[in-house]
Amino acid sequence: MIELLTQAWPWYVSGPLIALIMFALLVAGGNFGVSSTLRSFCSIGGAGKSIEFFDFDWKAQIWNIVFVIGAIIGGFIAQTFIPNPEPLALSSSTINDLAALGIPFSGGLAPETLFKWSSLFTFQGFLVLVVGGFLVGFGTRWAGGCTSGHAISGLSNLQVPSLIAVIGFFLGGLFMTFILFQLIF
Amino acid sequence: MKYLKYLLIGIAFGIVMTKSEAISWYRIQEMFRFQAFHMYGIIGSALAVGIALTQWLKRSAKTAIDGNPITFQDKQFSISRYLFGGFIFGLGWALSGACPGPMYTLLGNGFSVFIVVILSAIFGTFVYGLLRPYLPH
Repeated sequence: MIELLTQAWPWYVSGPLIALIMFALLVAGGNFGVSSTLRSFCSIGGAGKSIEFFDFDWKAQIWNIVFVIGAIIGGFIAQTFIPNPEPLALSSSTINDLAALGIPFSGGLAPETLFKWSSLFTFQGFLVLVVGGFLVGFGTRWAGGCTSGHAISGLSNLQVPSLIAVIGFFLGGLFMTFILFQLIF
Repeated sequence: MKYLKYLLIGIAFGIVMTKSEAISWYRIQEMFRFQAFHMYGIIGSALAVGIALTQWLKRSAKTAIDGNPITFQDKQFSISRYLFGGFIFGLGWALSGACPGPMYTLLGNGFSVFIVVILSAIFGTFVYGLLRPYLPH
């Protein structure tokens, strides 16, 4: 029984559960859109004084910040109490492609060589952690949503703009993976 | 107390995102290289259930538990903002291997350096706000 929880959850369990989380947020009175919290943090930091875009009632968005605090705690609970004893079942073609770029497969969730504090001071680590985060934050607000807001909430509501955004997500992701990764790694 | 339900839903989200491995940098690479069905299965099945639930909510005119109606706002039509903004987002998603939800959950998974990724994303959002009048929407 416990093995059902510790193993990686199959897509046909995880996907519907994510839809139920969106549903629970709607019924609770919120909505499923994580990147809005980034805008709230700008506003909390005082950015609304000089920039109109951040001059809004962030207190009405506290529920979303509570939600992402929950997302942090949930990550801790999963990692602490039901960690997967097996290495991540990554496809062998991906392992080979990444090895060719000089990125070893550790069996964990992410390459530990890149996602550690000391890597911040390397060319690749700075790009992955600082520039990568910046592009996500900039792009998501320009596009008006991220994977949760557009790919799940927006497409579930059959919004054409969300479909255009998701196409944009993939064009950007493919350009990074197949063109820019060759230069970076 | 009124925030407790959001905390619990958030905890459930963090557990699902971790156990599904959707927070994995490797899984995002595998997705963009079309080398496994896993991520497409997650997004596809989430959508199948999500569309059904959303359409049912819209038709049944249910109210949220706080008594307010559940509203769905149509997104304003544009091509440039979604395509260009989405493209920039996609560059960052493939590079850092994390969209905003996973950034938070990875922090809980012990990748403390994701504080830097989150702060960079907040800064990115700030710079967008700064440049907003000059960008096509």
